[in-house]
Formats: sequence, structure tokens, C-alpha cells
Amino acid sequence: MSEAQRRPYTTPASELGPGQTSYTSITESISSVVLTPSTPWQWFLVVAIVLGLVGVLQIAIAWLLYHGVGVWGINIPVGWGFAIINFVWWIGIGHAGTLISAILLLFRQRWRTSINRSAEAMTIFAVLCAGMFPILHTGRPWLAVYWLFPYPNSMDIWPQFRSPLIWDVFAVGTYLTVSLLFWGLGMIPDLATFRDRAKHLVTKRIFGMLAMGWRGSAIHWERYEMASLMLAGLSTPLVLSVHSVVSFDFAISIIPGWHTTIFPPYFVAGAIYAGFAMVLTLMIPLRALYGLQDFITERHLDNMGKVMLVAGLIVAYGYFMEQFMAWYSASLYESFMMQNRMFGPYGAVYWALILCNILVPQMLWSRRVRLSTLWLFVVSMFINVGMWLERFIIVVGSLHRDYMPSSWDMYYPTIWDWALYLGTIGFFVLAFFLFVRGLPLIAIHEIRSLLPMGRKH
Amino acid sequence: MTTLTGIDPAVATPGPGSRKQLDLEGLRAQLAGRGGKAYWRSLEELSGSDEFRQLLEREFPENASEWEDGVSRRNFLKLMGASLAFGGLSGCTIQPEEKIVPWVRAPENVLPGRPLMYATAASLSGVGVGVLAETHMGRPTLLEGNGDHPSGAGGAHPSVQASILGLYDPDRSQTVKNAGRISTWGSFVEALSGELEMQRSRNGRGLRLLTGPVTSPTLGAQVRDLLLQMPDARWHQYDPCRGDGVLQGARQAFGDNLGTCYDMSRAGVVLSLDADIFFQGAASTRYAAEFMKRRTEGLHGDGTSVSNRLYVVESSPSSTGSVADHRLALDKGSIEAFAAALAARLGIEARYEGGMPVFEDRAGWVEAVAADLEAHRGAGVVIAGPEQSAALHALVHAINHALGNAGRTVHHTDPVDAEAVDHFDSLAELTRHMEAGEVESLVILGGNPVYDAPGDLDFASALEAVPFRAHLGPYEDETAYLCHWHVPESHFLEAWSDVRCYDGTVSIVQPLIKPLYPSRSAHEVLAVMSGKSGKPVRDLLREHWAGSPVFEGRDFEHEWQRALHDGSIAGSALPRREVSLLGELRLPGAFGRSLDPEEGLELSLRADPFLGAGAQANNGWLQETPRPITQLTWDNAALLSPATAQRLGVDNEQVLTITVDGRSLSLPAWIVPGQAPGVVTVHLGGGRRRGGRVADGTGGDAGPLRTTADPWSTTRVAIARTFDRRSLACTQDHQAMEGRGLVRRGDLDHYRESPHFAHEDYGHQIPEDLTLYDEFDYKAPNQWGMVIDLTACMGCNACSVACQAENNIPVVGKEQVLNAREMSWIRIDRYYTDLDDPEILHQPIPCQQCENAPCELVCPVTATSHSEEGLNDMVYNRCVGTRYCANNCPYKVRRFNFLQYADRETETSKMVRNPDVTVRARGVMEKCTYCVQRINSARVAAKKENGEGRVGGDAVRTACQQACPTGAIAFGNLTDDESEVSRLKRSPLNYGILTELNTRPRTTYLARVRNPNPRIG
Repeated sequence: MSEAQRRPYTTPASELGPGQTSYTSITESISSVVLTPSTPWQWFLVVAIVLGLVGVLQIAIAWLLYHGVGVWGINIPVGWGFAIINFVWWIGIGHAGTLISAILLLFRQRWRTSINRSAEAMTIFAVLCAGMFPILHTGRPWLAVYWLFPYPNSMDIWPQFRSPLIWDVFAVGTYLTVSLLFWGLGMIPDLATFRDRAKHLVTKRIFGMLAMGWRGSAIHWERYEMASLMLAGLSTPLVLSVHSVVSFDFAISIIPGWHTTIFPPYFVAGAIYAGFAMVLTLMIPLRALYGLQDFITERHLDNMGKVMLVAGLIVAYGYFMEQFMAWYSASLYESFMMQNRMFGPYGAVYWALILCNILVPQMLWSRRVRLSTLWLFVVSMFINVGMWLERFIIVVGSLHRDYMPSSWDMYYPTIWDWALYLGTIGFFVLAFFLFVRGLPLIAIHEIRSLLPMGRKH
Repeated sequence: MTTLTGIDPAVATPGPGSRKQLDLEGLRAQLAGRGGKAYWRSLEELSGSDEFRQLLEREFPENASEWEDGVSRRNFLKLMGASLAFGGLSGCTIQPEEKIVPWVRAPENVLPGRPLMYATAASLSGVGVGVLAETHMGRPTLLEGNGDHPSGAGGAHPSVQASILGLYDPDRSQTVKNAGRISTWGSFVEALSGELEMQRSRNGRGLRLLTGPVTSPTLGAQVRDLLLQMPDARWHQYDPCRGDGVLQGARQAFGDNLGTCYDMSRAGVVLSLDADIFFQGAASTRYAAEFMKRRTEGLHGDGTSVSNRLYVVESSPSSTGSVADHRLALDKGSIEAFAAALAARLGIEARYEGGMPVFEDRAGWVEAVAADLEAHRGAGVVIAGPEQSAALHALVHAINHALGNAGRTVHHTDPVDAEAVDHFDSLAELTRHMEAGEVESLVILGGNPVYDAPGDLDFASALEAVPFRAHLGPYEDETAYLCHWHVPESHFLEAWSDVRCYDGTVSIVQPLIKPLYPSRSAHEVLAVMSGKSGKPVRDLLREHWAGSPVFEGRDFEHEWQRALHDGSIAGSALPRREVSLLGELRLPGAFGRSLDPEEGLELSLRADPFLGAGAQANNGWLQETPRPITQLTWDNAALLSPATAQRLGVDNEQVLTITVDGRSLSLPAWIVPGQAPGVVTVHLGGGRRRGGRVADGTGGDAGPLRTTADPWSTTRVAIARTFDRRSLACTQDHQAMEGRGLVRRGDLDHYRESPHFAHEDYGHQIPEDLTLYDEFDYKAPNQWGMVIDLTACMGCNACSVACQAENNIPVVGKEQVLNAREMSWIRIDRYYTDLDDPEILHQPIPCQQCENAPCELVCPVTATSHSEEGLNDMVYNRCVGTRYCANNCPYKVRRFNFLQYADRETETSKMVRNPDVTVRARGVMEKCTYCVQRINSARVAAKKENGEGRVGGDAVRTACQQACPTGAIAFGNLTDDESEVSRLKRSPLNYGILTELNTRPRTTYLARVRNPNPRIG
């Protein structure tokens, strides 16, 4: 691979840090995170905090089911609030994992190897968080969980296939299934490594079961490669389709601010944007905590910064096109919507969104920023917030003032809106930290292939 | 909790400029462009205490035990017997638990599943209003206007319709009480008889009877009989909503107490001087119907001839004012000055003791109105509102006489009251006597003077000096609390009585259900008082009417049945009287003193449009129905104009302290375009202390600000700002139309020139066939459609209350309304065109039943789907509550059960429900169905008749249509070319809203056409 040399600058050329010179050092470094009796105190601190948040999540769900969605701030005209904002936000976050593991695999971007496993885990946990919301936000979730599925029944009643909410069920369902398969399959060789290295009998047995009899034979490897490739092929369209379908939830409607043809690409770009921001938000502290600088090198940070910059520019283009179309359509409702978005009661949110999603990320043009973990972390946090604000603007900003001025009203989240949101963040971080502590967070066998002696194979 | 608390005087009056003032100039500029957003910003979230919120959410809170005893077999059989005696009128008094016993002999006409309609009469301030009550198996569920009754053409006032909820109110008093302890009717009778025995020996010198206004001839006769027995006893009448100026003015003009009725069907020009003639009072439904019929028949008949014109001069915008062709906002003094100027112009001689009032006529009103009235001699009506002074009423009588209207469009009769008195004087006299210790026994039959007496009478402490006090009333209210004895009063649907309507026609009030509680009517208490107890009230009534000259020469039994069936006694209207003016009119010195435009302030007190003076304050339907014009629900407010707000430096929802003669009240301000400059209007009926769980703590009590001399307005008012804010639950936050062609309007001349202005003036029209998909196949023989005439709509919300009753729509409470979760299936949008002199536009919005419905497409479970008859049906049990349909509805007519709004616990509140309509659970979307239950029953009937199920064009009437006093709503089968709705759909005024979205609504509107006088600039 000579692409690194062709670059006009050379610093972050390496996919592996200088400390990793042999297969053993790689295996040792990665498996020691899991196969060790000692756990850093920081891990316990974070898990304690997020366990508290998971408690909040449970209370928020119980309260919601007991009283109904009226505990939230939603009303008529703003029938969707935090639940749908959070759903879209979490789904978007998931996208980076799939992009890294599937598309970058097909494009043979070798630098992806050290981040793909954790990004995939992030995808799954984000989709789990996302999946809670569409069910919980319905008025009668106990019916929604099965009436949305096309199960055969004697009444001959089917879901309404014209509704994008049904498409959502399929899109998200497929996404979760394929992501889980891809993630689980990819871990098998590494789980076998853990099985072999584990000292404690129970650990050995657990990893043994998870490794599903992997012996590392050539035929295993051949089938493994083939399955990975096929799943990558399956996942690739999902990167584009899932968020396109999610965007249909809005684009199919007739609400000004929702009824927009640019939504599918703009949502996908936004998802990648948000996803990479979240990967960085998780990786930067993790890298410091477990000393993984040799695996997640400056090259990775630099590349991810660039991806974010490009995705951010596409998103900015989307914002611009919305403005343009509002003017160009000469539609009273569209232009009012845009005016209201900028200068209406939620105007401050819109400008905060522009700051977070367009202005601050321009710092990524600077290499120094891309190579600085601190700056990257700050920028990625801005993007995380900005992408959430974008969904707020789309959902609430469009609904609260649509066609009938007499029905215009405001939406204010209640404590239960926040509780459910924070609760899912807690769940997400908890799941991720458990993953880090218990499963191979970097694909050992793929990293090995990055060593000079591995490249021949 | 929104209780009224005293405000620290140190913070109550901030100096000028100490608070950021509202920039109304800037706002006006904004509104001229696009509509100001800062000013009409939404209500801030207000969170009250949890108990209060719970209370409001649940409509009727828990632990409301309404059955004090279980059902014994003996009781059950007794009830069955009673049911037979009532001919099927009762039977559901106490629901038998899990015991079903078939009728031994089925009562006539009672078919399970089929409602029966009975004619009876409700009353507004004591004056009768004919109603039809729908009963399901002996359980009244709905009140409609009685079209055969003189009081209306089928529509019904919201307060009348909602009075059915009062029947089932779990807060009703349920037992006789003595000094706060549960007692019995027998003990009360014993105590009262003892007391009266003592009084009888003294000719009743210490006995006082206080009633509300009595128009019931039988009750009047009973009282007179009592007074014959005890000539020194006194009868006082007090109704806080009564305007004594009406009678006093008649006495000044004609020397006699007179009632006045108007014939709007013959009126070419109507001038209202602060009279909300189409909305207020027992005749309003009739007047509104007559006026609008004349207007719309001209408009939709040959299309051009509109033969009536309405001028309204008023201090606070009213329903009547909003449909006026010309509206002028003036303070009370200026209204009088205007009348004086008009009278002078018409050549009426009057002596003004304070000199001729000066009326500053900017737009040429006096000349224009005078010329119009003169051109319509004998076909004009000038009306002064009941709150106006006696002098103005007298002057108006003189004007009507001079114009030859009297005897043609204006008729005089004897007052409908059994005994006409000045109510406020009557109460003041009683208070004086009580204070002087002359009153030994006081029997209060109805009414709640402890709460609603004017503030300058200390009625409560005077009352406590009376040794024997008994109270009959539907609630254990403020007055009951201060009385030794309290007897629950029967609802008018539970007891026999009779009542006169506005023109004197008598209706027999017949009960439809056995009293839910051991309650009594005033007839029964009076029978005890006059020692004639023991006879059923029905017999009392029959005896009274059997001897009446009305039935002379006719078969009484037959006529009685007819009167019950028709809802009124034919020919019982009071005879019209020819009267003549006494001579030159003398108008007092205070007449026509206009407010100082710079700093004058007038406090105007008005009965709440729905709650009256608070008697119906515990009625959740009425509390939650937006008041006409202001769109406020629940709390009352201090209404003031934008200019006045600017002058006082007051912001919306800022709490003001209003002080009159040292008595003060703090209320949030509410800025109302169209309010007269300098006039602060406050509605009565708020701030109940013992009104029930819905009423208590809602709003502020303006009663203490009233004075006996002028209970309706005062200029001795001081208004101080505070730093507090109190949220008001307004159902409409935004008041401008933002350039969207929702309400389309034009003047008559414009309509004549370009009949299609409703289309031509509002952008390009969408071609009919603009769709990629196959057309929906409407093969059913019935296609439903609705047309709403914006010319006729006056925004009274009668439709909304009717819909609530018909469709089991829950009350959600102030907190929920504050968060825009009100449930009304039909709402009335109200738009202003201007801040200072606005045209006020109303637009009722039910479901538009789009043929190309955005809601249907997005539902993932097909819970809302299209019917072959063109309805968007809601399948409640399929709905999972994604709310996508509501988001995607451009008309925002969908309502969601965010919480468990329908009360599933309180037994009595279940009884008011329409059994033909599902009670929706939490998490379910709902919306207007075009009263599909009525459509279905008509289709079933039609199928039996013609097999095909084709329903006649006008055979189905929706609840809103039924209730509309002005007939603004037409509904029917579009496949019938002759149906009213088809006819109106062909009008050039017919247009749909937001049709550019290609929704193809089945509900359309007729553009509003006004008939302004070109002389008024």
C-alpha cells in the first residue's frame, strides 16, 4: 500500500504505532484488556454513573407505561417530540459502524481494522437505544409491538404498507439483524484466541462456547472470509437505505420542513457525520484509558476527521438547499417555515445547530486540529449536540407552526422526556463499557495482518 | 394552585417604566407586515400542584361516591314500579348490579338501543328555553334546542346544552344537611314547619323568602298563596345576571314594568347598544336565527339581496359584535353619548340634566345610522343591553317609538316574571332588613347570594345574624355553608315545573329521570311552607293549569298531553301591549359622560358567556369550552385593549390588582383587540370557594367589585400592576391568518361585482384531477359533505358543546389545555384583522373529511381509513397511537388521548355518555366523525325502507348542525342534488381551505359576506 506515501504530508502515515512489532505484542495488548483480573478504577466510576442512568431509564419507562405519553411535553400540533428526535439521532449514530465495517472493507481501507469492531458494537447499542423509542412513543405500545408486524391472522388485517412507519420497522429490523450477525461473526476468531489464552476455567468455557469451535483451520478461514464479504455486501446498501427510510418518515408527509426530496441523502450524510463523531467521542477516552495509541493512531484520528469534514459539508449543503428550496418554491408555507425556523421561537436552536454542525467543524480543515485528541473530542461533542439539535429543528420546528395559524403552539420537554433520553445514553455507555471489558474491542486477527509480515498473506 | 392571594402592596404598584413595557407600536408595524410573533407568543408553561393537576385531568376526581346505599331488592322493585308510573321515563336511576330483570309490562316506545326525545324546558336566568332531551333507556344524555318552541329555531345556547352535565355532577349535594351534618327531609320539614308556625302567628313579619327570578306561573302562585297567609312576610328575588336597567327604563319611558321582544325576521336595520342579542339571554337563539335566516336567505337565494344590516356599539367584543356589519368599540359613557347624539339627530326631545353629552363621531356613525334607521321606519330595531343604564333604555324606547318600530319589530308585553322587581334593590333591601335584625327566618330557594351578592352589601355577615336560615340549592355552596339547613335541589331534568320563555309562552318542565339523590324542588319546599305538602308537584301543576284561562273551552287532558309533547302550551304567550311614552324624557346628569381618553378607566363587569355569574362554574364542559372571542378556557381575566395595555404598561398574563372602593381582586391581564379604549372587562363566575371540584380556585371572583347602584360598571376603579404572571389557558395562541386564505371575506358590493371572489381573490385554483393515482371509487349511494357558512357563524361555540355531549368528549383540565391538548372535535378559530379596530372572523373547524386524506396514508396500522361514503373513519380499537396522522393533518383537527382522559371511575359521569359512541381509551387518536353514529342509524333505517340504504339528502343532522343557533352548518348527502348541502356547494361563495394541498376536503366553507354601509368610513 503506497497511498500513505502519496499524500502531501506524512506524519500520520502509520496504521500501527511503533510499539506493535510482532503478532504476540498485538495479541497481548488487546487480550490483556479483557483477560485480566484488574479493572481500571475509571471503568468502575463510569459504569457506576451509567448504571444510575439505566435506573433512570427504567423509572422513566415505568412511569411512561403507567400514565401514558402525556407525561411528555408533546401536544397537538407537536405530536412527536423527544422520542422521535432521539430515535433518529441514535439510528444516525449507528451508521458509522456499518460504514466502517462494510463500505470501508469493500474499499479495502485497511486503517479501518482497528476501529471497526468497536464501531460495530456502537452501532448495535445505538440501534437498541433507537429501537426503544418508536415503540415507547406510541400511545399503546402493547399493541404496537405486534400490530406493526405483518403476521398472518384470521382477521386478514395487515399493516398499512403505504405508511413509512411500516418501512421503518423493516429497515431498522433488518439493520439490527445484519449488524448483529456481522459483529458476532467477525468476533469468532478473536473469541477463540481469548479461549486459548484464558486462564480461568469459567472464562475459558464461556469464550469457548462463543468461539463456536473455531480451530483456525484454512477452511475455517476461507469460509470466514467469504461470510464476512457477503455480510459486508449485505450491509453496504443498509448504510444508505436505513437512514433514507427514516427520512421518509418525514419526507412522505405534507408538513412544510418535512416534505423535502433532499432528505434521504441529507439524512445519510448526517448519520455518517453523527456516527463518526460518536466513534471519536468514545474512542478518544478509551484510547487513553487502555493505552491503545498503537492501534488507534493519529492516522485514524486524521482520517475520521476528514470523513466528518466531508459529511459535514454535505449536511451543510442540505441546509443550504432547504433554504434555497424554501425561496425557490415560492410556496407561502415553505418560506414561512424557513423564516420561522430562523427567527421564530426556536430560532436560537437553529443558530446553535448552525454553530455546532457547520461553523465549529470547519476547524477540521486544520491538520493540527485533526491530530489533536482534545480538539477532535471537542469538535465531535459539538457535532453530537448539533445533530441532535438538527432533529429537534426538523421534528419540533416544523410541526409547531404548520398550516393552520390557529393551532400553532409550543413544545416544551418535560422531566420525563429528559429522563428517557438520558436513560438511553446511560444504557448505551453501559453496554459499550461492558463490551470493552468482556469482548475483544479490536479485531486481533485483522490487526495482525497490518504487520509487515502479515501483509504478504 | 391558582388561588387568589393578596399582593404585597409594596410590589403591587411598580413605578412607570420599572417593567419592560410592551412595544405595541412596533407590534402593530409587524402585524401590518406579517403578524407579530413576539406579542402573540405562546403561553408559558405553568405547573400547578400535583393534586390540582390530577383533579383537572380526571374531570371528576376520585372518591365521588354518589350512591349512598347499595341496591336492595325492595329498592329495585320500587324503582321498577316508579318506572312504570312514569311511562318509561326513568328506570336507570340506580343501576342494578349484575341483575337483569325483564319488564313485566314493557313501557310504550322504549326500545333498547333507540333513543327517545322528550320536550322540556331549561332556563337561562330564570327565563325558559325550550329543549328536546335525548334519553337512552330512561337516561337523559343530550339536550337539543326545540325547533317548535318560540325560544329558538332548533339551536341551543351552550349553557343550556351543558346543563345536562349538571345533572350528573358528582359534586351535587346529595343529602339534606343541618348545621353541616347529614339529616333528612322529614327533619327539615319539621324544623321549617315549626319555624313557620311561629311566623304564622305574627303574620310572617320576620319571614323572608329569597328566590331567583321566578317566571314559573305555578311557583309564582304558590308564593303569592304563602304571602296571602302571611301578609307581612316579604319575597325577594335576586339574580346576579339580571340587568335592572331594562325594567327601570321601561318604567321611565312608559310608567310601567314591561318586557320587550323583538322581531328580527322583519328587521332591516338593527342597532345594538352593547347588547349581545344573539348570544346572551333566553331569546338570543331566536334572534340570532331570525336575523341570520333573513341574511343568508338573501345571500344564498338569488345571491345578491341582503336585506338587513347590523350595527353594534359595544365595550367588549361579543359574538353579536363579531357578525356586525359595523362595529364600534366605546366605553359605557360614550355609548350613551352616541345614543343621545342619535336621538338628537332623529329629532327626539329629551332633557339632559347634565347638558347634552358630547359624542366625538369620527367615522360619521351618527348620520349614517340615523339615515339607515329612518330609511327603515317600522323595520328597524334599536336595543340596549341589559347591563346598560335605565336612562339609556328609556332613550332607546323613545327612539324605537319615534321610528315607528314599536308595534312592528319591537313589541311590549307584561314582564315574564311572576313578580317583576329590581333585583339588586330587592337584595339590598333584604340585606338592610337582616342587618337591622328584622329577619327571623330566611328561606333561600335557589341562588347563591353569599358568593354573588355585590361587594358593597355585606350579605354574608348580615345573613349570619338571621336566627333561622334554610337553603335549597343544587350544591352545598357558599350560601349553603352559612345556612342552618341545606336541602338538595332537583335538577330540571328530575322535577316537574313550568317556566315562561322570553315572550311569555309557558313550557311544562317534565322530568326525564327520577331524582338521583333525595332532592327537592322549590315547589315542594313552598308547599311545605304554605302547609299544603303531600301533593306531587305534577298534580300542583295540573291543578294550576286546569284552572287557567289558556285552556278554556278545550279538553284539558288532551291539551296537557299536547303541551308536554310540543314543549310549550300553545297560545300562552303574553299578550302584546300597546303603550305610549310618558312624555319628555329626563336623563340624569351622569348620562353620557365619556371616559377621558388619556387616563380614564372603566371597569366593566359582565356575566361569563357560559358560566353566568358562577352558577354553572362546576360544569367542566363549559369551563373548558373557549369563550367566544377571547378563546380563554377555565380562568377569567381582565380584558383590555392593546392601546389600553400599552397605556398602562401591561403585558399579557401579567397579574393586575383591580380595586373598587377598597375591595380588590387580582387577575391576569388578557389583551383583546376590539375592546373599547379605557375599558377593562372582567367576567363574573370565577373564584368560587365552595362551588365543587371543578369550580373552586378557577379564576377570580369579581363579585366583590360590584356595587348595588351599578353592578355592571364603574369608573371608580384603580388598576395596579404586579410582577406576578398567571398563565391563562387560551386555545388559540396565534391570532393572525398569516396571509393564508383560510377565512375568505368580501363586502356585498364586491360579491355583486365578482361573485367568484372567494376563488379569484385568493390565488390560483388546483385542477380537480391532480393525482398520479386512481381515483377512489365512491360507489356508495350516500356521499356525505358539509358546508359551513362563515357569514352566519358568530363563534358562540354551541357546536362545540353539542359535539362534546354527543361524542363523549372528555374534559381534560386547565393544565392540559395549557399544553394544547384540548379535545374538542370542532373548534372555532378566530382571527383578527387588526389590533385596534379589528374585524373578528370565526371559522369552525371540524374534520375536513378529505377525499385525499393525508392522515390515512401515514397510519401504519390502518386505524384511519377511507369509507365508501367519503368519511375518514377512525378505528379506535386498531389505533396504536403513533400520532403520525395528527402531525400530517394540515387542519390539525385530530385529538389524542395523551393520558386516560375519559373518566372510568365516576359512575354518574358515565351516565351522561352517549351509548352509541365509543369512550376512547388512553393512547388513542380521535376526531370528528361527522356523527357517524347518526349516519349509521339513518342508513339502517333507509336500508329497511329502500333496500339500497340511500339516505335522504337532509335526513341526517350532525350534533353541531343541530345546535347551531344561526343554521351556519349544513350537512347532508351530496348525491342528492336537492339537499341543502348540495345547493350550498354550488354557491360561488363555496370554497375549501388548504385545497392547494390537494386534500379535497368534504367540508367546505361559504365566504363571509358583510353588508356595510358605504357612508361609514
